[in-house]
Amino acid sequence: MTVANPLELEPGLQPQGWLRYLSFSLDHKVIGIQYLVCGFLFYLVGGALAGVIRTELASPMSDFVGRDTYNEVLTLHGTIMIFLWIVPVVNGAFGNYLIPFYVGARDMAFPRLNAVAFWLIPPAGLLLISSYFLAGAASQSGWTAYPPLSLTTPAAGQIVWILSVLLLGGSSIFGGINFIATVLKLRRPGLKLMQLPMFCWAMLGTSILVVLATPVLAGTLVMLSFDIIAHTGFFNPSLGGNVVVYQHLFWFYSHPAVYIMVLPAFGLVSEILPVHARKPLFGYTTMVYSIMAIVVLGLVVWAHHMFTSGTPPWMRLFFTIATSFIAVPTGIKFFNWLATLWGGKIALNSAVLFSCAFIFNFVFGGITGVALAQVPFDIHVHDTYFVVGHFHYIVYGGSVFVIFASLYHWYPKFTGRLLNEDLGRLHFVLTFIGFNLCFAPQHWLGLNGMPRRVAEYDPAFTTWNQVSSVGALLMAISTLPLLINVVVTAFRGPVAGDNPWNALTPEWLTSSPPPVENWIGEAPLVTEPYGYGEHPGGFDLDRISGRDLWSSGKS
Amino acid sequence: MDTSLQPVTTAQPASEAHGHPDFRLFGLATFLVADGMTFAGFFAAYLTFRAVNPLPEGAIYELELLLPTINTVLLLVSSFTFHRAGTACRSGRMQTSRRWLLLSIALGIAFLAGQMVEYFSLPFGLTDNLFASTFYALTGFHGLHVTLGVICILIVWFQARPGGSISQDSHFGLEAAELYWHFVDGIWVILYGILYLL
Repeated sequence: MTVANPLELEPGLQPQGWLRYLSFSLDHKVIGIQYLVCGFLFYLVGGALAGVIRTELASPMSDFVGRDTYNEVLTLHGTIMIFLWIVPVVNGAFGNYLIPFYVGARDMAFPRLNAVAFWLIPPAGLLLISSYFLAGAASQSGWTAYPPLSLTTPAAGQIVWILSVLLLGGSSIFGGINFIATVLKLRRPGLKLMQLPMFCWAMLGTSILVVLATPVLAGTLVMLSFDIIAHTGFFNPSLGGNVVVYQHLFWFYSHPAVYIMVLPAFGLVSEILPVHARKPLFGYTTMVYSIMAIVVLGLVVWAHHMFTSGTPPWMRLFFTIATSFIAVPTGIKFFNWLATLWGGKIALNSAVLFSCAFIFNFVFGGITGVALAQVPFDIHVHDTYFVVGHFHYIVYGGSVFVIFASLYHWYPKFTGRLLNEDLGRLHFVLTFIGFNLCFAPQHWLGLNGMPRRVAEYDPAFTTWNQVSSVGALLMAISTLPLLINVVVTAFRGPVAGDNPWNALTPEWLTSSPPPVENWIGEAPLVTEPYGYGEHPGGFDLDRISGRDLWSSGKS
Repeated sequence: MDTSLQPVTTAQPASEAHGHPDFRLFGLATFLVADGMTFAGFFAAYLTFRAVNPLPEGAIYELELLLPTINTVLLLVSSFTFHRAGTACRSGRMQTSRRWLLLSIALGIAFLAGQMVEYFSLPFGLTDNLFASTFYALTGFHGLHVTLGVICILIVWFQARPGGSISQDSHFGLEAAELYWHFVDGIWVILYGILYLL
C-alpha cells in the first residue's frame, strides 16, 4: 500500500515565496528553516535574559533586578535556551532540512506530523515568555523545577511553565518518531545503513533517546502539576511524598537531553569537517558504534546529577563508573575528527573555525564532565559555578558553536548565496573570545565556593565575575556581525552556485536552494558520502567507499 | 579544491516518485514505545514509593481483588475479540468484523464501568496518602487510554460500514486501533500485577 506524496496532493494550497515560511507547510525544507528562524528568535530572547543575569552579577549586591526577578530570569533563560533554541535547532532545523536528502527521499516519513511538531513550538514559547507578565510571576524554580521549591513558588507561573514544557516535549517526541521512521524506512532503494552520512546516525541515536526519555519527563511534570493543583503529595515531603523520586525521573530525561542537544552536533561536525579538509571521515564504523554506545550509556548515568541527594553508595559507584565510561566513545569520536583533519587540505573558513573551536571547547567541557562524575569532587563543587561553567562548555561551546558552523556551511544551500567570510571570522573571533572569557572563570569561582542561582555573592568573587560579564558582553556583540551577515547576504550576497564547497553529500547534488521535490528527476544514490582526496592507482571510486580507502591506508 | 572529483551516483531508479510505502503503523508503534515509557515512569515512581516511603500511621490503602480481576479478564477477552475483528476484515467478512468490533466496544465500556464502580467503593481518595495518589494517577492515566481506545473502535466500527472508508483492501485505521488496543491491554496486565498483586 502506498500513500500519495502530500506535497503533490494540493498544489494550489501551499503558498509560494516567503509566505510559505509562515504557513502550515509540509515541505521538510520549509519546516527546517521555520525551526531555525524561530529558534534563533528565542535565542535572542534567551541571550537578553543571560545579559540580565550577567549584569546583575557584575556587582556582588542584588541591585540591578530584585531577587525574585533574578530567579524568574534564570529559570526562563535556561528553559528557553534548552527547549526553544538548542533542541529545536540541532534536531528540528538541521535534521528536517538534511535527513530527507541524506536518505534519498523527497520528504520526511510523516510530513503532516512534522508540521504539527513545528507549530507546537511558537505557542509553547510565547506561553512561557508571557508567564513573566502573570500576576503571580513566572516560574522561579530553575529549569529543573525541583520540588519542594517548585511547590512553594507562585503556582500560576509554575503551571504555565509545565504546560509549555509538555507542549515542547510533545513536539520533540513527534519529531523523534519522524526521524526514526525516515532513517530506517524511507531510505532510497540500494542505499545501505552503513553508507549513510554520519548525521543520519546521529539523528537516529538522538531520536531513540527522545522517544525513550522525553515521555518520562512528561509523566513526571503531570505528577508535579497534580501536586500543585490538586494538592496530592507525590513530591511533597510534608504530605509523605518523596522529592528524590522527582529528581530520578527528571534526570532520566534531562541527562539524555544533553545528548539530544549534542549528538546531532556531533553528526553535523562529521559532515562539515570532511568537506573542508578534503578527506574522508576517519573511522566511519567506529563513529557509528560510538554514537550507539553513547545512546545506551546516556540512558544509565542520570543519577550523577544527584550525588548529594542521599544516594546510596552502590548507586554512586555505579553511576560514577557508567559516566566515566561515556568518555570512551566520546573520545573515539574526537580522535576521529582530529584524524579527519590530519594532513587534509583544510580550508580555514568560518565553518571550519567554528567546528575546530567546538572540538576545543567540548574537550574542555568533557574533561570537567569526567571530573564531575567522581563523587568526592562532585560533592565539593555541587551546585556551584563550576557546574555552570561545565555545562555551558558543553551546550554553548559544543552545540551552539556547531549551530554557527552549520549555518556558515549550509547557508549557501538554504538561500543560494554565500555568507561574507570577513564578517563570519569577526563573528567567530568575538564569539570564541567572549565565550571563553565568560565561562572559563566560572570554574575557578565554583571551585572557590560560589553557589549558582543566587543573585548575590561574596565580594571576594567580584573580579572574576566582572571578567565573566565582559565575556558575556562580547558574546552579545558577536551576534551583530552574524545578524548583519545573514540578513544582508539573503538579499545581496554573492551567488553561491549549486555546490560551492564541492561536496559529495546528496544535498549538494541539486540546485541551491533545492526544488520542492529535492531533485529534478531521480534521487542520486550516494554510497560514498565522504569519497574525498586523491586516490592513486588501483582504486575504482565506483566500487569502494571512503571507509575502505582509509582502512587500506592509501588515502 | 580538487575539482576532478565527481560524486558517485548511479541511475538506479528511486522509489516511486509520487509516493512511498505506508509507514504509519511503524510510526504508531514508535509512539507506543514512547507512551509505554510514560507508564514505565509511573511504575518506577510507584515501586520506589512502595520500597522507600512507609505508609503513614492510620492511613488506609486497601484494594479489593475481585473487581480488578474481572476487569482484567474483560480486557483480555476484548483483545481477543478485536483480533477476530481484524482477521475477519482482512479476509473480507466485513459484517462479521463489525460484530466483533461492537463486542470489543462493549467489553471496553464494561471495563470502564467496572473501574468507576471500583473508584466509588474504595475507602480512600486522591489526596489521602502517597499510595492512593499514585494508584489514582496510574489507573486514571490508563483509564484515559481505554476511553480513547473505545472512541477509536467506535470510529473504526463506523468507518467499516458498507461503503465506508475501511474495507478489506484499506484497513489501516482498524489495524492501528488494534495495535493500540493490544498495547493498552498489555499495560493493564503489568499495572494489575504491580498495583493489585504485589
